[in-house]
Amino acid sequence: MAGTDPIVDTIAGFALFADLTTPQLESVAHTFDEQWFAEGDRVLRQGLTGSGFYVILEGTCSIRVDGVERATISRGEFFGEVSILLGEAPVADVVALSQLRCMVLAGPAVEAFLVGHPRVMYRMLQASARRLRNANRWRS
Amino acid sequence: MAELSERPFPPGDYPVVVVGSGPGALQVSYSLRRSGVAHAVISADDAPGGMFRRWPFFQRLLSWTKPYAPTERVSRGYERYDWNSLVPDDDADRAIQAGLMDGSSYFPSRPEMQASLETFAGRTGIAIRFGCRWEGTRRLDDGRFELTTSDGLYTTGTLVLAVGVAEPWRPDSPGMELAAHYADTRPVETYADRRVFIIGKQNSGFELASGLLPWARRIIVASPSPAKLSVNTHSLVGIRARYVQPYEDHALGGGVAVLDASIDAIERGPDGSGFIVRTRPSDGGPAAAFEVDEVIAATGFVTPLLDLPDLGVATFGQSRLPAQTPYWESASVPGIFFAGTIGQGSKGLRKHGIPSNSGAVHGARYNARCLAAHVARTRFGIEPARPSIPSADLAGFVAAELTRGPEVWNQKAYLARVVAFDPGAGIRDDGIVPLAPFVDDTDDSGPDALAITLEADGTGAVYPVLYSRIEGRLTEHPIDPHPLLDYETESARQAIEGVLAGFGAGIR
Repeated sequence: MAGTDPIVDTIAGFALFADLTTPQLESVAHTFDEQWFAEGDRVLRQGLTGSGFYVILEGTCSIRVDGVERATISRGEFFGEVSILLGEAPVADVVALSQLRCMVLAGPAVEAFLVGHPRVMYRMLQASARRLRNANRWRS
Repeated sequence: MAELSERPFPPGDYPVVVVGSGPGALQVSYSLRRSGVAHAVISADDAPGGMFRRWPFFQRLLSWTKPYAPTERVSRGYERYDWNSLVPDDDADRAIQAGLMDGSSYFPSRPEMQASLETFAGRTGIAIRFGCRWEGTRRLDDGRFELTTSDGLYTTGTLVLAVGVAEPWRPDSPGMELAAHYADTRPVETYADRRVFIIGKQNSGFELASGLLPWARRIIVASPSPAKLSVNTHSLVGIRARYVQPYEDHALGGGVAVLDASIDAIERGPDGSGFIVRTRPSDGGPAAAFEVDEVIAATGFVTPLLDLPDLGVATFGQSRLPAQTPYWESASVPGIFFAGTIGQGSKGLRKHGIPSNSGAVHGARYNARCLAAHVARTRFGIEPARPSIPSADLAGFVAAELTRGPEVWNQKAYLARVVAFDPGAGIRDDGIVPLAPFVDDTDDSGPDALAITLEADGTGAVYPVLYSRIEGRLTEHPIDPHPLLDYETESARQAIEGVLAGFGAGIR
């Protein structure tokens, strides 16, 4: 509810949701579920179907491909969207490096959410473009 | 059942203390006793039943029990169709709920459910110290727990809390204290010809709206996000079909309004009677104020954990559920376990976003069994029986579990039947266990194994999935869905045998 939901206050500062009004942020907070992970828990599992789209509220996690860490991500960042957009199982494990609190949207709900929130989709594209640019920079 | 006058379990030291007397506590006590673990059960109530002694408000459950089902009533397989009976090991105590229903609905009435729980407790001889209220918790220097209760002090190394998610909660918006909570809803006739504003689009909000349809002059149901319907999510997420009538009334312009809006404030009406509810639509439209006679906050409940957060018990989400391991142990304070509806804090894989049914009796009853077996094994060294399975019977065993195994039907992608291929001991039935630790156990230390479960992907399909773990490598094997959900067919059998072939010498 207005200004009183701690998740709304948290996500209001995230780049992904930067263009949303307070009522829209409240709607987002009610649409996603909240999940909590202990250090060492797997959040996404490489090769396992049926994953979700996660936004980190608190904590840090490691992205690992075949057990090798490729990156760490933390508060305000998101993961899981690639496998959902492509309809494939995740190509990496995501493992909590600390106590981790995330909000999560089920894979089948992601398309409708993004279509219904085009500014979030645009921000996601920006973040994806940034990741692609950085990946290309590492290769060259 | 113990009468109040007998008062078992006086204050003292016990190997395990269970708090509660709802379905979660009854099932965990039954299963602990079957596992040979001595324990005390204490409850603030004066009889078994937990929340079902009071709710649902309109006196009929959301969980079905089908008196006539494709499987014999006195059988384990019948549990798939009976979401309400607790699950015994003896046939004489099975399917109690079905025998107590009057045939007017396949959703038991609240009194029928209460009677079912009381009958189970009585027939199976579950002892409970009623009228004993848990009031506080302390961690002793040796790591054990000391419980302060209305009857005195209890100490234990293993605490199992089955106290429900039962404490009314409402958001902290301006004026929200003016709203009645769902828990304080008055008799329906007192809402006759009233304008009622209901905050919340979960089942409790729509249950009230449904019950008030014949009484209220106008009903407005509002919350920030759109209503989800279970028939669309293909899961227990969303409003159940029984409560969709207000939504149809809204869609057909009958007078019910369902709004996607946040509640900015609730104020007293200008003449001191009634209320003004100020809202802002989620789609960014203009703010709107509604003059109504009643405001009810169907905004949910939180877990009554008392002082446990001060001990370090981590919680999350609006319901303040304790964060839990796959075996329903506090993720931050070992030794504290949770049974009953609180167990939904152990999230499992949530494949395709579909949660477990741990918040309902038909999921929680199996969790309680697994929890009891886990406590028996890990804290008291009592190993469960691990029957051997002749290799010639294995494919048939898997097919039967996929077709009739109530645990995997009621806790899809959450619990699994596990078969281990132990080079020394042969093929063993490891029983029902949580699926998540099975798929995460890839360190190559255990024997090769097969996990048997069913899954749903949110499209309406329900299909078997087998997980093979061979030399630490996990592989997921979905099997095509069958229109009648029968996996004892020739084609399913071939698919099962294809997976089993991967175990090579292990199955011989």
